[in-house]
Amino acid sequence: MPKHILEMRKITKVFPGVKALSDVELEVIEGEIHGICGENGAGKSTLMKVLSGVYPYGTYEGDIVYDGEVQKFHSIPDSESKGIVIIHQELALIPYLSVAENIFLGNERRGAGGMIDWNLTNHEAAKLLAKVGLDENPTTPVNQLGVGKQQLIEIAKALSKDVRLLILDEPTSALNDDDSEHLLQLLRNLKEEQGITSIMISHKLNEIQEICDRTTIIRDGHTIETIDVAGQAGIQDRIIRGMVGRDLTNRYPTREHVVGEELFRVEDWSVYHPTQPGRIVVDNASFNVRKGEVVGIAGVMGAGRTELAMSLFGRSYGRDITGRMYMHGEEVNVTDVSSAIKHGLAYATEDRKRYGLNLIEDVRRNISAAALFKLAKRGWVDGNKEIKVAEEYRASMNIKTPTVMQTVGNLSGGNQQKVVLSKWIYSDADVLILDEPTRGIDVGAKYEIYTIINRLVAAGKAVIIISSELPELLGTCDRIYTLAFGVVTGEVPVAEATQEKLMTLMTQEKSTKDKEVRA
Amino acid sequence: MTGTANFRELLTRNLRTSGIYIAFVAIVALFAILTEGTSLSPANVTNLVLQYSYILILAIGMVMVIIAGHIDLSVGSVVAVTGAVSAVLVIRNDMPWWVGVLAALACGVVIGAWQGFWVAFVGIPAFITTLAGMLMFRGLTLLVLNNVSLSPFPEPYRNIAAGFQNGLLGGNGYDVFTLVVFGIAVVGYAFSAWRTRASRIAYEQTVEAFPLFIAKLVAVAAVVMWFAWQLANARGLPNVLILLAVLVIAYSLVTTRTVFGRHVYAIGGNLSAAMLSGVKVKWINFGVMLNMGVLASVAGIVFSARSNAAQPAAGNMFELDAIAACFIGGAAVTGGVGRVTGAIVGGLIMAVMSNGMQLMGVPQSVQAVVKGLVLLLAVAFDVYNKRRAGAR
Repeated sequence: MPKHILEMRKITKVFPGVKALSDVELEVIEGEIHGICGENGAGKSTLMKVLSGVYPYGTYEGDIVYDGEVQKFHSIPDSESKGIVIIHQELALIPYLSVAENIFLGNERRGAGGMIDWNLTNHEAAKLLAKVGLDENPTTPVNQLGVGKQQLIEIAKALSKDVRLLILDEPTSALNDDDSEHLLQLLRNLKEEQGITSIMISHKLNEIQEICDRTTIIRDGHTIETIDVAGQAGIQDRIIRGMVGRDLTNRYPTREHVVGEELFRVEDWSVYHPTQPGRIVVDNASFNVRKGEVVGIAGVMGAGRTELAMSLFGRSYGRDITGRMYMHGEEVNVTDVSSAIKHGLAYATEDRKRYGLNLIEDVRRNISAAALFKLAKRGWVDGNKEIKVAEEYRASMNIKTPTVMQTVGNLSGGNQQKVVLSKWIYSDADVLILDEPTRGIDVGAKYEIYTIINRLVAAGKAVIIISSELPELLGTCDRIYTLAFGVVTGEVPVAEATQEKLMTLMTQEKSTKDKEVRA
Repeated sequence: MTGTANFRELLTRNLRTSGIYIAFVAIVALFAILTEGTSLSPANVTNLVLQYSYILILAIGMVMVIIAGHIDLSVGSVVAVTGAVSAVLVIRNDMPWWVGVLAALACGVVIGAWQGFWVAFVGIPAFITTLAGMLMFRGLTLLVLNNVSLSPFPEPYRNIAAGFQNGLLGGNGYDVFTLVVFGIAVVGYAFSAWRTRASRIAYEQTVEAFPLFIAKLVAVAAVVMWFAWQLANARGLPNVLILLAVLVIAYSLVTTRTVFGRHVYAIGGNLSAAMLSGVKVKWINFGVMLNMGVLASVAGIVFSARSNAAQPAAGNMFELDAIAACFIGGAAVTGGVGRVTGAIVGGLIMAVMSNGMQLMGVPQSVQAVVKGLVLLLAVAFDVYNKRRAGAR
C-alpha cells in the first residue's frame, strides 16, 4: 500500500447558513499529482483553505493527517512550516518589487545584524529560478514579466519554503497554451526529480487527464469519488458525470431559430485608447443583430471585444468615438449609460465582481440596480414591489439563495451571474451584450445560462455574446463576427463556421489604414 | 419562504446593527450609576439634547458622505464660517434674524457646491478637497469676523437653539404638549412598524415572531415616553429637538427609500458597477457634498444660536466628532455601509459619555483619551464581526 502523505478525514465546515463541506475525504499519495475537480461552489477552495490553515483548527470538524500525524494548523505559517504551500488563483506578487524580493518576501535572507543580505538573496533566487526554468535576472521588477512567468515565480517562492506538498488553485486559468504547457511540464519535473507532491484544482479536464495520477471529485460539499486518471480512457466524461451528477450529453440546449427584423446596427464604429493618444482600439467596426438572433463576437484577448462593447454601452470606454448606432432602424445618440439603458441596450461585463455587482449588497438590490426608475415614483422607491420583483427572478432564473436579502458576495459564481442577467433582463433591454457570460462558472450553471439566453431570444430579444471559447460560440450563436486587432475581419453563419476557420479570421491582420495616424 | 425569526437569530443576524443599541443602553446605565442618577435628571437630559444637537446634524450629512466612500474634514470650519456670516449680518449690520439664517444656508449651498464640484467633476479625492476646505473656510471665518468674536444675537435667533415649546396645552409642572407630541410620534412609529411587518408577511419574507415584535414596540415606546416625561418635567420641548427629529426622519427616508439614497449606497458599494448600471455617479457625488454643505450650515446656525456668538475658533474638531459618530454607528470605512439612525446613536454614545464624564468632573484630557478608545474599540468590534462572518 502506497504511503499517504495527506489524509483529510470527515472534514465538515459550516458557514452561517451554509454547510460548505460535509464529511469530505481526501487522500493524497506521496509523490503523486492529485487533481481536484468540482463545479464552482462545490467546496474545492474551502477544502484547500482548511488544509492550509486559512480556516484555523477548531473552525472545522474532522482531522487533517499529514505525515502520519494529526495536524492543528492555526495559520498559514503553521502549514508552511510543515511544507504545505498553496498558490492561489489570483497571483499574490507585489508588482514593484524585484523577483528576488518577491520570492523571499516574509522569509528574508538575513546577514549580520538582521539586515537583509542582498547578495545571498539574489544568489539563492537565481538558483530557484533555474529550478523552475526561468531565465530572468532576480533584480527585475515582477511587473515587467508576463503572467506565465509570474506563475513560475510563485512556484519558485514555494520552493524557497522547502515545499513538500504544493497546492495550485487553477494555475493555468490566466495562461496561454505555451505557458500552461511549460507549467504542467514543470510540475511533472518537480514530482520526478524532487519528489514533490502536488494537488491541482482545475476546470480544464484535459489538463487533469494530461498530468494527474489520480483525481478526487467534489460536488456540493461531498466527496463523490477518487479515481485513477493516468492511462484511463474516457475519463473526462466520467469526471463531468461526477461533477454535475448527471450525464451531460448535450452541453448546449437546442432552440428554434426564428430570426426577425433588424433590431440593432452599428456602422463605422471607431474608438481610440483613453490614455494613449493615436492608438486606435476599434477600427471602423460594423455589424448588426436581428430580433430573435444570437450573434457572437469572437476574438482573442486584446482584440478590442470588451472595448467595442463598452464604448457602445454609453461610451463607457475610450475617447474620440465615431460611428453610428441604430435601434429599431432609427439612429440613436447614446451619450451615457443611463441613455443606453433607456434605449434598450444592456451590457453584462466579463468581470462581474469588479464591474457587475455590488458584492456587499443583497440579491434584491442588485437586481433592481439598473432599473430603479421602474420601481420609483417621483424619486421614491417602492420597497415591497422590489422584493416581489426579486422573488420573481429568484424563481424564474433559479437563483440558489436562501432569501433575496442574501448578500451577493456569498453566492457562487454561477448564481452571481444569474443575478447579473436578472438585473439586465429587468431593465427591459431589447439588445443584451453578454461579455464572457459563462466565465468562471461551472458546467451545470453554464447550461442554465444558455437556456436563459434561448428564452430571451424566443421572447424577441437580440443577444450578442462575446466569448473566447469558440465551442461556446459555435454551440449558441446564429452568426459569428470575428474581431482581430480592433477590425471586424469576418462574418460567418454558424452553419459554415468551424473552430479552425474562426481562428484564422481572429488572427489575421486586415490593415484598413495605418494605425499610427491620428484621427 | 414565510417564517419568523426568534430573538437569538435576530440578535446574531443583526449584531452589527443591534450591537450599537445594546452598547448605548449599557453606556447610559453605566453613567446613571456612576453619577448616581444625575445624568438621567430632567435638566441634564434636556441639556444633553441641546449640547450635542449640532454634532448629530453634522453626523447625518457625514454618514451619507461616508456611505458614498468619501470623507469631509471641512465641516467644523463650515460651521464656523456660516455662523460668522450670519453674525456679521444680524449683529454687526442689524439685519432681521431670518436674513442671517437664510444667508448662512446660502453660504452652505455655495460651499457644498464648491466642494462637490472638485470632488465630483474634477475628481480630486474628498480627503484632499475638504482638507483644503478646512483651511480655507477657517481662514475665511477669521476674515469675515476680523479676528474677533461677535455677540450677542437677538432673542429670536437665540431661540432656534435655546428655545422651547412649553405650556401650549398647559400642565401641572409638566408640559402636556410635549407629552402629546411624543405620544403621537410613538403611535405613528407603531403604525408604520405594523404596516412594514404586514407587507413583509404579504411578500412572504421572514419577520420576527409576534410577541417579540410587540415587546420591541413596547420597549421603544417606554423609552421614548420616559424621555418625553423628563423633557416635560424640565423646560418642555426644545426647538432643536424638533429640527433634529425632522432631519433624522427625512434623511432616514431619503437614504433608504429614494432613488438618490439607493444610488449613494451603490456608489459606495462598487463604483464601477454603479457606473455601468446607469447611476449618474458625478451628480450623486455632487449632491452628497452639496447636502453636507447645507447640513453643516444648519449646524452652524444652531451652534451660533446656542453659544449666542460667532467665534473665530467655533466648530473646531467638530468634523472628528461627526466622523467618529458615523463609525461608532456602524458605517464602513470603505463605503457602501451605514445608516442615519446608526450615526445618530453613535453620536449619542459620544454625547452621553462626554456629558457623563463632565458631570463626574473627569478632566478634559482623560475625556479625550476615553473617547478615542471608544472609537477604536467600536471599529475593532466591527472588524471582528466581519471576520467572524468570514468570506467564503
